[in-house]
Amino acid sequence: MGSVRVYGLIAAMWIRSTLVYRTSFAAAVLTNFLVTALDFVVIWMMFSQATSIGGYSFAETAFLYGTASVSFGITALLLGSVDDLGLRVRDGSLDAFLVRPAPVLVQVAADRFGLRRLGRFLQGTLVLGWSLTRLDIDWTPAKLLLLPVMLLSGAAIFGAVYVAGAAFQFWAQDAAEAQSAFTFGGLTLLQYPPTVFARDFVIGVTFVVPLAFVNWLPALYVLGRPYPIGLPWWLAFTPPLVAAGSCALAGLAWRAGVRSYRSTGS
Amino acid sequence: MGTFRLYAAVAAGGFRRYATYRSATAAGVFTNTVFGFIVAYTYMALWDERPGLGGYDQAQALTYVWIGQALAQALSMFNAGFAVDMVARIRNGDIAVDLYRPVDLQLWWLAGDLGRAVFQLFSRGVVPLTVGALAFPLALPGDPVVWLEFLVAVVLAVVVSFAIRYVLALSAFWLLDGSGVLQFGGLVGMFFTGLLLPLNAMPGALGDIARVLPWAALLQMPADILLGARSGAAEVLAAYAFQVGWAVVLLAAGRLLQSSATRKVVLQGG
Repeated sequence: MGSVRVYGLIAAMWIRSTLVYRTSFAAAVLTNFLVTALDFVVIWMMFSQATSIGGYSFAETAFLYGTASVSFGITALLLGSVDDLGLRVRDGSLDAFLVRPAPVLVQVAADRFGLRRLGRFLQGTLVLGWSLTRLDIDWTPAKLLLLPVMLLSGAAIFGAVYVAGAAFQFWAQDAAEAQSAFTFGGLTLLQYPPTVFARDFVIGVTFVVPLAFVNWLPALYVLGRPYPIGLPWWLAFTPPLVAAGSCALAGLAWRAGVRSYRSTGS
Repeated sequence: MGTFRLYAAVAAGGFRRYATYRSATAAGVFTNTVFGFIVAYTYMALWDERPGLGGYDQAQALTYVWIGQALAQALSMFNAGFAVDMVARIRNGDIAVDLYRPVDLQLWWLAGDLGRAVFQLFSRGVVPLTVGALAFPLALPGDPVVWLEFLVAVVLAVVVSFAIRYVLALSAFWLLDGSGVLQFGGLVGMFFTGLLLPLNAMPGALGDIARVLPWAALLQMPADILLGARSGAAEVLAAYAFQVGWAVVLLAAGRLLQSSATRKVVLQGG
């Protein structure tokens, strides 16, 4: 509970400082919205050239896009700043976080809290909402329940990827870009139907880095589509478990990273 | 001769600056390769539905993906590159020192950016393209002349890319904070270079507009030459002419803006 309070205090401080320049803030949110909308424009253009891609319609793809983007939007808003860990290790500014009486990860995540990142969340929500008006889903109580569970578990899985990536930066200090392969790469992947990708690729993001549990498995259940590598349907309900497991592993990686940390001494 | 050596030294400095960060380079190669795979699969699905879209067959479309990943960093397609440094120097006033140097400001930054581009072309370009060629059936030419024509187009593309961002960076003289402009430039640039979808495959009027904008000189022209979509002296020269045309216009615009900006600086007393 203490961690949440500390996070809230630091984030509130950054939000106040951001809102001093209201026009600049509005422009930043708009830019974030537009930048993140760009990948949807590409999907729209692809569907303007073909009625289906990988056997999926535009509305179905928009549903995948929306669910992945909302989850990622939540994670980027809450944890987007941990990307900078390598920078803090290099310039020694991480030392200040270590001496304060609050969890280091909480401080790193809340520092420079970027409210502008709401842009992606909003854009994802819009696309998701639009797709729901276009899709003819056979709603059941289980499917209705699964939708919010999927969005939150997905955010937690992306969160584990973010934290694990940050932990890796304790060792490879200027390799922040490798993290993008898993975060932004993972997001891009999940915005398309799994039928688009090669079988081995799908197996990799299901069992090695469990990105498929962010949205593919639950979303395909909601859409009434089989998963391309023939897994049992009830796996659609396991994202909370996968999220908990991923977060536990990421936490271990983070601890190992902090323990191995040596200050720059400069 | 003296001035040539000076700019060569600046270019070498640009090369060395980026060559210093080995693990960052390795991380970048990894990320470009992962994105190459993701985009390649989506293109395969699209070209399955629409064979021949944009005048490319599927092998050409896949090759386009990997050329895009190989050139993305050398051409600063999704970042502002040197412009971030230049905007910072305008903002904190260090640019006044640069203006007093007995060198041409625009050529100075261009030389440094060319050095960087050469490093990133070989470090971050070769590996993704090789991996792509091993994993997918690509349509790479066997004729060394085509590769040479391609390299010339890449050099011209670097110059156009530089010229665009030089103009954007100069806006900081008037706006004080150029980060918004750079961000917007990156956004527009990433879309109109065709990194996400080839300009040939963009629908309707949007595609027509995209194909004549300066960003079309960055990825589309070199890619079309390497893919054989533009072959023969006449078509290759036409592509070069398009690139040179935009380079001249944008470099001249940069000069004009620069001289009016420096007059403003002098008026303000530096």
